[in-house]
Amino acid sequence: MKSLFKGGIAAVAILSAFAANADEEADLVINEEIEITVRTDAPAHVENLSTIYSGWVFRSTETQALQMDDFENPGMIFVDDAIAAWNTVEGTEGQSCAACHGAPEEMAGVRAVYPKWNDEAEEVRTIAMQVNGCRTEQMGADEWKYDGNEMLNMEALLASVSRGIPVNVAIDGPVQAMWEKGRELYYTRFGQLDLSCANCHEDNYGNNIRADHLSQGQINAFPTYRLKNAKLNGVQGRFRGCIRDTRAETFAVGSEEFIALELYVASRGNGLSVEGPSVRN
Amino acid sequence: MADNVTPRVRVPRDATAGEEITIKTLISHPMESGQRKDGDGNVIPRSIINRFTCTFNGETVIDVTLEPAISTNPYFEFQAIVPESGTFEFTWYDDDGAVYTDSKDITVG
Repeated sequence: MKSLFKGGIAAVAILSAFAANADEEADLVINEEIEITVRTDAPAHVENLSTIYSGWVFRSTETQALQMDDFENPGMIFVDDAIAAWNTVEGTEGQSCAACHGAPEEMAGVRAVYPKWNDEAEEVRTIAMQVNGCRTEQMGADEWKYDGNEMLNMEALLASVSRGIPVNVAIDGPVQAMWEKGRELYYTRFGQLDLSCANCHEDNYGNNIRADHLSQGQINAFPTYRLKNAKLNGVQGRFRGCIRDTRAETFAVGSEEFIALELYVASRGNGLSVEGPSVRN
Repeated sequence: MADNVTPRVRVPRDATAGEEITIKTLISHPMESGQRKDGDGNVIPRSIINRFTCTFNGETVIDVTLEPAISTNPYFEFQAIVPESGTFEFTWYDDDGAVYTDSKDITVG
């Protein structure tokens, strides 16, 4: 009886070790067609990393597989919703997204360079801000909620047509001040647990934080369909969740702090492919 | 009336005679169970896909009754043996009377 019991424990231990170890050597090809760069040399401005990895690398084999085929990827359902919105005329000007931009595929490469400087507004704009800019300035329509469903669906559509294109966010020129601010935030410890982004995602990626396998916190794959809440999640909503977990008061979604942080974190992924909508746990 | 209901189907384009092929289907649908209440305590009426069928050249492959416990965006994956070239017809029946269809041709070489 005693030996049986021991055997049981050993089997459980082997199983759980197996489940925790993702296939970190795997390569991501979507629909057997779109090759995604999930690991590459870190850009020069990321001093403390030599290689950058997409969060896909850290997930379990089953979760990885969900993203390799659009039919299996639950995030693609929301892309279909966004295609309907893309072609819908809204607002006082009688315009739709399609009226100016044509097919969504015309937007290939756009997601890869955001957040970026907008000359007319003289501000750093995330892709969500740019979508709302289009809606209010060009269409005469109401703004979408910053991380509401319509916005996340549209972000997923814009990401999906840029898949495979390397992230290439500018960090100099007019955006430099915001970028420096984002960098400052990244290395600032927050909350009762006194943690900065870097404590987990730079010092400890690849390690487990209780049951969670820490990634580098790259945002090339957002928006992401999370299995835990079965919906699309935006970058800044995720930032909020992370900061909340340090037991801090978080910044608001759409705040200047989060825009700066999004710019900085996006630039840390320069060289990885756009891969949204991705699937994560 | 459920919004944004879109059927999706994946069937291989070709197969050999007698080969067992895998068919995947998904329909985006809220599948409102009829058991939930809104903020004011009123029951949200049931609105689900209640039946799904697949036929091959008119012959039934599967015929499924769906119940309210089935979650949003019902997904079916099943195998079929194809003896000859033909057409798979897929039909989803909504509580509200709407019928959604899709079809895929397959060539047996």
